[in-house]
Amino acid sequence: MSAGSAAAGRAVTTDSGIPVAPVYTAADVAGTPEELSARLGLPGQQPFTRGPYRSMYRGKLWTMRQFAGYGSAEDTNARFHFLLGQGQTALSVAFDLPTQLGYDSADEIARPEVGRTGVAIDTADDMTDLFRGLPLDQVSVNFTINATAPIVLATYLVAAERQGVARSQLTGTLQNDILKEFLARKAYIFPPAPSMRLTADVVQFAADALPRFNPISITGYHAREAGCNAIQELALTMASAIAYCEELTGRGLDFDRFAPRLSFHFATTLDLFEEVAKLRAARRMWYGIATGRFGATNPAAARLRFFSGNSGTTLTAQQPLNNIIRSTVQCLGAVLGGAQSIHVMGYDEAFQLPSEDAVRLSLRTQQIIGLETGVSRTADPLAGSYFVEYLTDEIEARAADILAEIDSLGGAASALEKGVPQSWIAEAAYQAERDIAEGRRPKVGVNVHASPDDGDPAQLIELTQPDPAQAERQIARTSSRLARRDGPACAQALNLLRAVTRSGQNVMPALVDAARAGATVGEMAGVFRAEFGEFREPAPW
Amino acid sequence: MIRPRIVLAKPGLDGHDRGVKVVAMGLRDAGAEVIYLGLRVTPAQLAAAALDEDASVVGISVLSGAHLPITEQVLAAIRAAALEAPLVVGGTIPPADVPVLRDLGAAGVFPAGTLLPEVVSGVLAIARAGAA
Repeated sequence: MSAGSAAAGRAVTTDSGIPVAPVYTAADVAGTPEELSARLGLPGQQPFTRGPYRSMYRGKLWTMRQFAGYGSAEDTNARFHFLLGQGQTALSVAFDLPTQLGYDSADEIARPEVGRTGVAIDTADDMTDLFRGLPLDQVSVNFTINATAPIVLATYLVAAERQGVARSQLTGTLQNDILKEFLARKAYIFPPAPSMRLTADVVQFAADALPRFNPISITGYHAREAGCNAIQELALTMASAIAYCEELTGRGLDFDRFAPRLSFHFATTLDLFEEVAKLRAARRMWYGIATGRFGATNPAAARLRFFSGNSGTTLTAQQPLNNIIRSTVQCLGAVLGGAQSIHVMGYDEAFQLPSEDAVRLSLRTQQIIGLETGVSRTADPLAGSYFVEYLTDEIEARAADILAEIDSLGGAASALEKGVPQSWIAEAAYQAERDIAEGRRPKVGVNVHASPDDGDPAQLIELTQPDPAQAERQIARTSSRLARRDGPACAQALNLLRAVTRSGQNVMPALVDAARAGATVGEMAGVFRAEFGEFREPAPW
Repeated sequence: MIRPRIVLAKPGLDGHDRGVKVVAMGLRDAGAEVIYLGLRVTPAQLAAAALDEDASVVGISVLSGAHLPITEQVLAAIRAAALEAPLVVGGTIPPADVPVLRDLGAAGVFPAGTLLPEVVSGVLAIARAGAA
């Protein structure tokens, strides 16, 4: 940790603890210029350090994809129309916790949470309402959903059918990364082994049925937000990717065939050069893993594409407008790092889900960086910087060491079961909090440049009022839909799902049939709960 | 004085546990006995554990926006169990909800942005006031 070393001996380091010299020269870049060129390649060429595509943003700006969802499908549909009207170029759905955890809105445990962190989806009818007026052959959709990813995908496929859109035309991304739920995000339901099976079922199904859709987004973002540093984030992401690829190749799937549709997700925080270097190192590292460990021969199977969510944990409740500046720097870091799609945090997120004003400003941040600053004119503009190349090499080497440690623990799933990365995360989060409290890590408006006349943050942001009746409305809507469905046909579809779950066949076709027959998210998850059981996290202490 | 016993949990469905774990470590290093019950703890489970553990303070963390109904449910369970330990609440809590939580019966509210030493000293002061 930078702060730890600063306290010990005033060493200057990056946020991840890499020593930083006062100045860098050609002597700091390892090897000959020819060797550097080989480590970099050209954009769109192996090892993809400089970017996955030849023209990068000159051909097309990154996808501006603000994560949105609250209340009912109608509420979120209105927010989607608003965002697209403001120039957003794709959609990203936030789900409420009951949907993420496989409970219907009417479930006792779900009620306080209905529509809070995102949209409530009970049936394929809700999914149909969510995309009303939004042609699914034209708009790419990201789904932040994991434990119930196969179920939510099934309802989405039914919504697309009802729009008359062929599966082959669907574009977008399903997060579907269960390992990081056990690691950091904690929206798991089933134990690790059946969870991995469901993830792999989706990827396998998509390899045949959804040629333009990314069936998984392998993410280190949540581990980073939970506390770990950039190097650990990179290593943990690669370890998860390896675990999924081993599961899939273990089923006899051809790496060259499924790997081109793998996508990745990283945080971009405030240490600008370290973040850019991390993103460049990530592409090179994945190229090495795909070709070295999995024998990729298809270049697209070794080409890492990623989404960047900026960091919510860098934002502050104090002087909340400062968060706009923090988010701007983070968005710039993602762009300089070559992101394919970006979300910018709302400045009010220390208080609530972002208001419409905050979301619009996040989108404007992306648009200003994309259209006014000129950063999109040339690919990988920081390449060749002595400092950035030094950092890129250093991060890759340090992440490789951590990856070797995870390998020696038996891989990502096994390291998680032992609780090792979880303890890295918890310790780092505690250290970071003490560094802020004790002034070792400056935080403007918090431990430096705080002023008694900063005023009440509530006066500076538009606070939104949740609608207390919306859960009841959602429950009533679902209940009237359930009354209209063909009960025996739905029961039969759920029985088939149970049989397929038991037999070990791919669950996706039976899930789509059940969703089409009007089964609820809770009923479909209920089948899995009964067959797989539920996971309970071991105590951290 | 007797070592305060702090029972912490995440009720509801929210899995954001960075904050509650940091608070747990801060309280531990300040000399408290911390019992962290983990995620998705029901109000009844929380009250029963707090009774078993002879808690000086019960703390919950909610970042999903459901802090008002969940706090009501937890306070009802605490009262039903005739538990005397005060309840403290942390998480993503808009400023306007701080007095609402206090009116419901929360002895302490620590919204996002509260520095760790403030949370630790606040919780320990509530523990001492309860013991006095």
